[in-house]
Amino acid sequence: MTLFIDDRRIDCDFKEKIRELSGQNVALCMQCGTCTASCPMSADTEVVPRKLMQLIQLGLREEVLEAPLAWVCASCHTCMARCPRGIDITRVMEAVRQLGLRENVDHVNLSALPAEQLRDLPQIAFVSCFRKLTA
Amino acid sequence: MKIAYYPGCTLKTRAKNLEDAALAALRVLGIAAVELPRWNCCGAVYSLTDDDLIHQVAPVRDLIRVKEQGAETVMTLCSMCYNTLARANRLMREDEEKRHTLNTFMDEEPDYHGEVEVHHLLTLLRDRIGWKTLAAKVRRPLTGLKVAPYYGCTLVRPRPVSIDPRPDQPTILDDFLRALGAEPVDYPARIECCGAYNILSEPDAAHRASANVLASAERHGAELVITSCPLCEYNLGTCQNQVLPHGEGLRPLPTLYFSQLLALALGVGNEELGLELSPASSLKLVAERISPIHQA
Ligand code: SF4
Ligand code: SF4
Repeated sequence: MTLFIDDRRIDCDFKEKIRELSGQNVALCMQCGTCTASCPMSADTEVVPRKLMQLIQLGLREEVLEAPLAWVCASCHTCMARCPRGIDITRVMEAVRQLGLRENVDHVNLSALPAEQLRDLPQIAFVSCFRKLTA
Repeated sequence: MKIAYYPGCTLKTRAKNLEDAALAALRVLGIAAVELPRWNCCGAVYSLTDDDLIHQVAPVRDLIRVKEQGAETVMTLCSMCYNTLARANRLMREDEEKRHTLNTFMDEEPDYHGEVEVHHLLTLLRDRIGWKTLAAKVRRPLTGLKVAPYYGCTLVRPRPVSIDPRPDQPTILDDFLRALGAEPVDYPARIECCGAYNILSEPDAAHRASANVLASAERHGAELVITSCPLCEYNLGTCQNQVLPHGEGLRPLPTLYFSQLLALALGVGNEELGLELSPASSLKLVAERISPIHQA
C-alpha cells in the first residue's frame, strides 16, 4: 500500500488520545515487526499491527480508524508479551476499538449466525464479543 | 480443606462438564469447594482502557463477595474468569487512584483493596496439594495416553497473572498430565490463540487460528487436547467439523476439559463427567483408550 501523506490529514493530537486511553507511548515503537509476526489474526489484513503503530505515530487518525485490524484482534496479548520495546499493543488495539465504538457503531451482526451455533456457543463468547465489538 | 469457589456463567450451562468433573475430583481429593452464595458475571474480558472503569465494577464486586465470606482465596475453573478476576484484583492492589474511584462508586459495598488471592484449580493443585500427592491418588493411570496441553492466552498472559512462572514456556499443565500418568505432548501452538470471540464476528479467521492449534498438536502425536476455557473448548472441540477444512489433512482430534481428565484419573465414574457435552470423538477416546478403574 502506497500511502500519500497529506499534512491536512494529520491529527497531531491523535497519538496523545491513544496514550490517554491506553497508557502506551506509541513513539517508542521502532517498527521491528515482532508484533505482526506474532499476531494470529492479521494474516489477511493489509494494516498489520506494526503498520497500525506507524499510522498512529504519523497521526493518521482516519487510516487507523478505518483499518479492520482492531476488529479482528482477539486480544490474545501475544504482541504485548513479545514487543521488545515493552509496548502493550493489546491496549493500543483496545483504544482504537473504543474510539470506533464511541461513534456508536457495532462491529458484529448476530442475526447472521446459524441457530445451531447460537444454541451451542458458550456465554463467555457472547459476553466477550459484545464487550469488544458493540457500542 | 475448604475453598471459596467462583463458577462464572458458562459453567452453569454450556460448560457444566468443566464444573461437574472438577467438583467430583475435588471431593475425591478431600477439598470442599464452597460456591459463593451470590456472584455475578465477571465480564469475561478485562477492560483495557484507562477511562473505562465501569467495566471493572463487575469483577471487583465478585472479589468483595469473596471477602464477605471471610475467605482469603477464591478458586476459578474457567480461564477467562480467572484472567478477569486476577487482573481486576491486581488493579485494586496497585492503582491507588482507580481503587479510590471504584470504592467510592460502590459506596454500598465495603471497601476493597485486593485482599483476596485469585487461584485457578491448576495452581491450587500445584501449590496446595502438590503433584506427588495428586499422583498417589490416581486410580486409573492414563499410561501411554499422549495429551496436548492447551494453555491458550488467558492462563498465561499477561505475565503478572500467568499461572506459570514462565508464561512463554509454561509447564503447569504438563506437570499436571505427568501426575495423572499421561504423556504430555510438546507442540509449538500450545500458547497460541484459538481465535476467541472472533468465532462470532470473523468465524473463518477463528477457524484458521483453531486449525493451526489442532494441526500443531496432531503433528506432534497428540491423541487428545485438554483445555480449561469453554471458549477454547468450543472453538477447538465443539465446532471442530467447521475447523477441519481449514487445515490440510487435519483429522478429528478429541478434546476434553482438564477437569474431566483429572476426574477420570481419580476414578470418578464416567456418569459424573458430563461426557455427553463433549465431542463424540472424545467419548470414543475415553471408551477405547482409558482403562477401567483399577480396584485397590
Ligand atoms: S513489536 Fe513493538 S517495537 Fe516492534 S513493531 Fe511491534 S510495537 Fe513496534
Ligand atoms: S492482541 Fe490482537 S493485535 Fe496483538 S497479537 Fe493478539 S490478535 Fe494480534
